[in-house]
Amino acid sequence: MTDLNKSRAERIQSSLAKRYRAEKRFQMYGYAAIAFGLLCVVILFTDIISKGYKAFGQTYIQLEVTYDASTLGITDVNDSQQLALADFHGIVKKALKSRFADVSGRKAKRDLYGLISNGAGYTLRDRLVANPELLNQTETLWLVADDDIDTYYKSIGSDAGAFTGRMSEQRQGWVDQLVESNDVEMRVNRNFFTKGDSREPELAGIRGAAMGSLFTLIITLGLSFPIGVAAAVYLEEFAPRNRWTDLIEVNINNLAAVPSIIFGLLGLAIFINFFHVPRSVPVVGGLVLTLMTLPTIIISSRAAIKAVPPSIRDAAIGVGASPMQVVLHHVLPLAMPGMLTGAIIGMAQALGETAPLLMIGMVAFIVDVPGGFTDPATVLPVQIFLWADSPERAFVEKTSAAIMVLLAFLILMNTLAVVLRKRLERRW
Amino acid sequence: MQTANLLIVLLILSAVAYYMARSRSVAQAQSLGGIRHLHSLPFFYGMRAAIWCALPSLLLLVAWLLFDEPIISSFLISGLPESLQPTSAAEHNLLLNSIENIASGALSAEASEPALVAAAESLRGLRSTGANLVTAAVLSLSVLGMGWGWVKVSPILRARQQVERVFRGILLSCACVAIFTTLGILLSVLFESFRFFQAVPATEFLFGTEWSPQMAIRSDQVGSSGSFGAIPLFVGTLLISFIAMVVAVPVGLMSAIYLAEYASPRMRGFAKPTLEVLAGIPTVVYGFFAALTVAPFIRQTGEGFGLQVSSESALAAGLVMGVMIIPFISSLADDVINAVPQSLRDGSLGLGATRSETIKKVIFPAALPGIVGGVLLAVSRAIGETMIVVMAAGLAAKMTANPLDTVTTVTVQIVTLLVGDQEFDSPKTLAAFALGLMLFVVTLVLNFVALRVVKKYREQYD
Repeated sequence: MTDLNKSRAERIQSSLAKRYRAEKRFQMYGYAAIAFGLLCVVILFTDIISKGYKAFGQTYIQLEVTYDASTLGITDVNDSQQLALADFHGIVKKALKSRFADVSGRKAKRDLYGLISNGAGYTLRDRLVANPELLNQTETLWLVADDDIDTYYKSIGSDAGAFTGRMSEQRQGWVDQLVESNDVEMRVNRNFFTKGDSREPELAGIRGAAMGSLFTLIITLGLSFPIGVAAAVYLEEFAPRNRWTDLIEVNINNLAAVPSIIFGLLGLAIFINFFHVPRSVPVVGGLVLTLMTLPTIIISSRAAIKAVPPSIRDAAIGVGASPMQVVLHHVLPLAMPGMLTGAIIGMAQALGETAPLLMIGMVAFIVDVPGGFTDPATVLPVQIFLWADSPERAFVEKTSAAIMVLLAFLILMNTLAVVLRKRLERRW
Repeated sequence: MQTANLLIVLLILSAVAYYMARSRSVAQAQSLGGIRHLHSLPFFYGMRAAIWCALPSLLLLVAWLLFDEPIISSFLISGLPESLQPTSAAEHNLLLNSIENIASGALSAEASEPALVAAAESLRGLRSTGANLVTAAVLSLSVLGMGWGWVKVSPILRARQQVERVFRGILLSCACVAIFTTLGILLSVLFESFRFFQAVPATEFLFGTEWSPQMAIRSDQVGSSGSFGAIPLFVGTLLISFIAMVVAVPVGLMSAIYLAEYASPRMRGFAKPTLEVLAGIPTVVYGFFAALTVAPFIRQTGEGFGLQVSSESALAAGLVMGVMIIPFISSLADDVINAVPQSLRDGSLGLGATRSETIKKVIFPAALPGIVGGVLLAVSRAIGETMIVVMAAGLAAKMTANPLDTVTTVTVQIVTLLVGDQEFDSPKTLAAFALGLMLFVVTLVLNFVALRVVKKYREQYD
């Protein structure tokens, strides 16, 4: 007996080391899984930030510009018709020609004129409109450089070496010359925050997409929050337990898991084809996103209403409140922080959503910053999608920068939700 | 009057109705000796009048906004001479469009058919008469309602019950939006798919192995035969989802186990929210990351080993999608593992099992149904994921199991078929709805099964 016992104990003893090793191994797997997840977060963020932070700067080139009336082809500075037709790019060309006098040949000249962005002409026009006395005067100005120059200048001195891309040796030489004479400068890229989309990377901005997102979200919040709260109140406080209620609940749970692109198909077939709502407008986007975020909001609102203890309801009914008064005076105010948190999270989800908006035509190339709910618009994530598809190298950093802006908004919203929950939530 | 202005006027009218009925009830109560002699609080009398003022007229306005265009266009078409009567739906739309364009001045009136010009005239006339009529009807209805609300105020009127009934009705209709959404999805997808299956047999769609959705516009066009066999799309979708699951399930599960069973509270407090950050990142960002960082990296690495790697490999899209799904699986698994009763853990540890043995032999089997449910939900999410594959996977429909090759998925095809302006009659566009139907049905079944599995498991310990 003792012999057998001893051998069992021994057997356990001898297997212990192996079991402990297995234990250690298992724990290491878990640790590795966590580490992998965290690594992904770190890689994702460093990748985006390292690609995009340079987009907040923009290369400017200093030039001596003459507002030569004959080149511009105008006679009267106050005539807006003439100003609109004036050849402002011509005076930029002239300025470049006088800066690099030794350039000849058509191709070389075209290369040279491409140093400065096409948008520089508009800057000059605005200046001349504001200061008519500048006509036939000469001034030294910082003008926006073309995106090729911008990319090249930003990559000078990087580990991988300067990115030459479409830059010919000659153009590089010009830029180096300009750098030597201190005529190239990095400045804060104001266009990025104040302009709409553009085919020229150096002129493209996210203002249009951000405004589109704002209008779309206003519609989404304005519809989905009241409807979601009302539905949650009905299901928690009034609904009788019957087939109909079960059907509603099953529907809500299923809708929460339906792929977002299906909502896009719904929007396309119902809103656009059936009701003939115009495409690409924030109203349709808002409607589609409302239907998409509704389940999220209903589910979180129901949780918030459930968390209000029944004693409160009983007390209110006890002093003679009607069911509607119980809900409006007691349950809703107490559940509001939880419901707001859910709404913010739903809005964050809506802000990052792309696929359904592609379906309803919010992918159009729109230069103007939308000014209302029925102006054609695009939204931030769709803008990211569009820029990511653009072939110009300079759009890579714009895309990353737009992603940074989008993520900043999302982090802001989520932080707000967390703070709100911490500050206002009551434990019963 | 414009709709927005009309709404503002309605709002003002109902506010007026509220105050008038409320003060009338108070005045009536005064003669009786205080508001306790009223059946309901003055608030309810006011609300009742406001509802009578606003609700019927609002319903009328909504009905008009929904149906004005069809009514007007049927008037227009019936007013046209015999020779111009449309024979098909396409002709009908064309006719309406040209009338619309003449009316808005986009098409010059001189160059057009006189009958159409007359129709355009009457369109403008009908529009303005219609708008005026509706404005008049809405306003008079609301004034009538206001009067009715005011007249009926009396101490015995059961205003509270009536108001609460309306309140409940509004809540119920909000709750029904979910049902209408599902119905809307089903109807729109089914209807268009039905039209698609009239042009392309369902068996060809479901079992065909060639996908090239180019329809010939002219009959003699070369290379646009149009074949709609969806099998390559299903294969591609499954391949990418499989790769995603290979990444997400082990990592998500192990991190959930570690967080639930091993991690110190401090570590948990740090690691859990950080992992959830992955869930909050928009999918378009993952798509960008997959297309511009992961795909080139995989391509370079593969070429280092002498492998042929496509620049839009399934591996890149699948890997990144897996990363996106990690927090989804880990938080679901975390919930189920935490729901396993502590007594099971204590019993196993008390018998001398190590922690990993307890997890593997006791907790994991107990949590398995919940974990399976979670994985099914994750699969349905992977199948329906759009942006990552649109940006990182290709368009070529290939039947391959090679993760380094290009494949395309159902969602990619829906997006490519539907983005941009399309004619709604061609099978090419309708195919997207058939794919959408497949996607909807598959994810619905997956979700349904997953929810059932999770629910069944929960009942065991409650």
